[in-house]
Amino acid sequence: MPVGHEAREVKGWVGAHRFLLMRRFSQVFFLALFLLGPWFGIWIVKGTLAGSLTLDVLPLTDPFILLQGLVAGHWPEMTALIGGLIVLVAYALIGGRVYCSWVCPINPVTDAAHWLHRRLDLPKGWQPKRSTRLWILASVLIVSALTGVIAWELVNPITMLHRGLVFGMGFVWAMVVAIFVFDLFVARHGWCGHICPVGAFYGLIGAKSLLRVSATNRAACDDCMDCYAVCPENQVISPALKGKPGSSPLILSPDCTTCGRCIDVCSVDVFKLTHRFDDAVVAPPDPAAAPRARAARPV
Amino acid sequence: MSLVGKPLSPQRRRFLQDSARAAGGCVVAGSVLAYLARDARALPAEALRPPGALPEDDFLGACIRCGLCVRDCPYDTLKLAELGVDAVATGTPYFIARDVPCEMCEDIPCVAACPTGALDKGLQDIDDAKMGVAVLVDQENCLNFLGLRCDVCYRVCPVIDEAITLELSHNNRSGHHAIFAPTVHADRCTGCGVCEKSCVLPEAAIKVLPTRLARGSSAEHYRKGWEEKAEKGGPLVEGIIDLPDRLPGSGADNLAAPGGYEPGYNLPGAGQ
Repeated sequence: MPVGHEAREVKGWVGAHRFLLMRRFSQVFFLALFLLGPWFGIWIVKGTLAGSLTLDVLPLTDPFILLQGLVAGHWPEMTALIGGLIVLVAYALIGGRVYCSWVCPINPVTDAAHWLHRRLDLPKGWQPKRSTRLWILASVLIVSALTGVIAWELVNPITMLHRGLVFGMGFVWAMVVAIFVFDLFVARHGWCGHICPVGAFYGLIGAKSLLRVSATNRAACDDCMDCYAVCPENQVISPALKGKPGSSPLILSPDCTTCGRCIDVCSVDVFKLTHRFDDAVVAPPDPAAAPRARAARPV
Repeated sequence: MSLVGKPLSPQRRRFLQDSARAAGGCVVAGSVLAYLARDARALPAEALRPPGALPEDDFLGACIRCGLCVRDCPYDTLKLAELGVDAVATGTPYFIARDVPCEMCEDIPCVAACPTGALDKGLQDIDDAKMGVAVLVDQENCLNFLGLRCDVCYRVCPVIDEAITLELSHNNRSGHHAIFAPTVHADRCTGCGVCEKSCVLPEAAIKVLPTRLARGSSAEHYRKGWEEKAEKGGPLVEGIIDLPDRLPGSGADNLAAPGGYEPGYNLPGAGQ
C-alpha cells in the first residue's frame, strides 16, 4: 500500500495533508513578504533571509551568518546583533529546525526530490552519518576564522536561492538543480538531513525548544511505518514511538524539524503537536482491542 | 611490540576510524571553502563598493549580503552580485560607475541601512567617501588633452575645482593654444564615478579605479626638502654653503645672478 494511503482513506486528502499544506502556505507566505516589495512596491519586509527590516522597525538577522562574521573578526553593529538575538530567541522557543521546514526556500526542493525518490523507489544511496553536518558546521566556523570571510555564504544555497528570487537569479537555479539531483540520486535526504550546517546550527539553537511532536497515542501504532517513510529525520521517531513503557513519548531530538508530516500520514493519530512538558501518554487499551500488527511495508 | 595480551577494543578502533574519516572529510571540505574564500576577495577593478565600505578583506567578514543598502539606494546604483554572472563575491553590493555612478546622497542612505557596519557609519560626510579614485587613464584620447574644450568630467564632478581641476598648459601642437588638462586630486576625489559615466568618448578616458590600482605611495622615509624648509623657515642644515645655480645659456660657467637668465640670452623657440 502506498505511503499515506490509509491516512487518506481515514482522514480524507486534506486531513492527511494538513501540516504539509500549512507548511507550504508558511513557506509561500514568508517568501511573499520579501517579494511584495520588489514586485508590487509594497515594502513590508526589505532585505533577504540573511538580514531584513520589517516595517522599517524590526531588524532580523540570521544568527549563523552573524556568528561566522564574529569569528571572522568583525563585531557587528547593534542593529544586526539585536536582529540576530530576536531570531535566536524565537527559534530557541519554537524549535530551531522549524526554520528548515516552515521557512527555508530549499525545503520544497528537497521535499520534491524526496517525493520523487519515493515514487521511483530509488535506493537510499550515500548515507553519511547524521553528525556529518555538525562536522561541516565546525569546519565552516574554522574557515571563517582563518580567512576572515563569512565562509558559508560563499556556497549557502538557502540565502542564494532567496536572494536569487528577491534580487536576481544568476546561476542559482543550477545550484538548486544540483541539490535536487543530489537528493534524488546520490543521497536520500542528503542535503537537509546530512550536509547543511545551517540546519545543524538551528538544530543546536532549538535543542531545548518548547514546541515538540509527541507520540502520545503510541499504543495505537499499527506498525505501518508510514511515519518513518515520510520523516526527513526518521532516526528521531523510534525513541518516542517505540520507547519502553514509562519513557517519554516526546520527540526530543534537535534533529526533528517539526514538519508534522508524521501527524498527517498516521491513520490512527499517534502523533500530535504539543509542548515539551506534555509527556502524557494515552493509556494502552485492553490488549484484546489492540489493533493487529501488520507486516511492515516492503522497502 | 606484541599485540598479544591486551585485547584491543573494537569500539575504540571504530571510534578512531570514524573520527579520522570525519576529520579528513572536514579538511577537504574546509580547504575547498577556504579556496573559495580567497577567490572571493578578488574584486574586479571596475566593481566599486558602496560609500563607507570597509577594506575588502574586512568587508567580506562583515557584509551579510542582505541587500538592505541596495534597497535604500534611491538611484538604483547599487546591485547585489549574482552567482556566476558578476565576478564579485556573490550577494555583495557593488556598482559599475560607467553604468550608474554614485550620486553621493547627503544622508548616505546605503550606509544608514547597513545593519552590520560593513558600510561604516563613521562616514558622516559623503565628501569624505573613498569608493575609489578617478584616473585620467587615456591622455591620447581625452578631448581636453587633444586641445579641445570638452571639460565634461570637470563640469559634472560633484566636488568640482577640488577633486578635478583644469590645469592650464601650452599646446605645443598648435603652438598658440592652451591645453586644459583635467587633473584629479586624489585626496578630494570620492570615487563616485560621475566623471567616468559622463565621459563623452565611447570608452571613458577617465575611470574610477580602486585606490590600490589608482595610486602609488611615497616611501615613508622620503622628505620633501622644500616643504620642510618652508615649515622651518630657513635652511635645514645650518651653515650650508648655497652654491649658485647653473643657468641656461652659453658656456659652462654661466653663473649669473640666481633666479634669472643671463642678460641677452634667448630662449630656444622664443621669438616666433
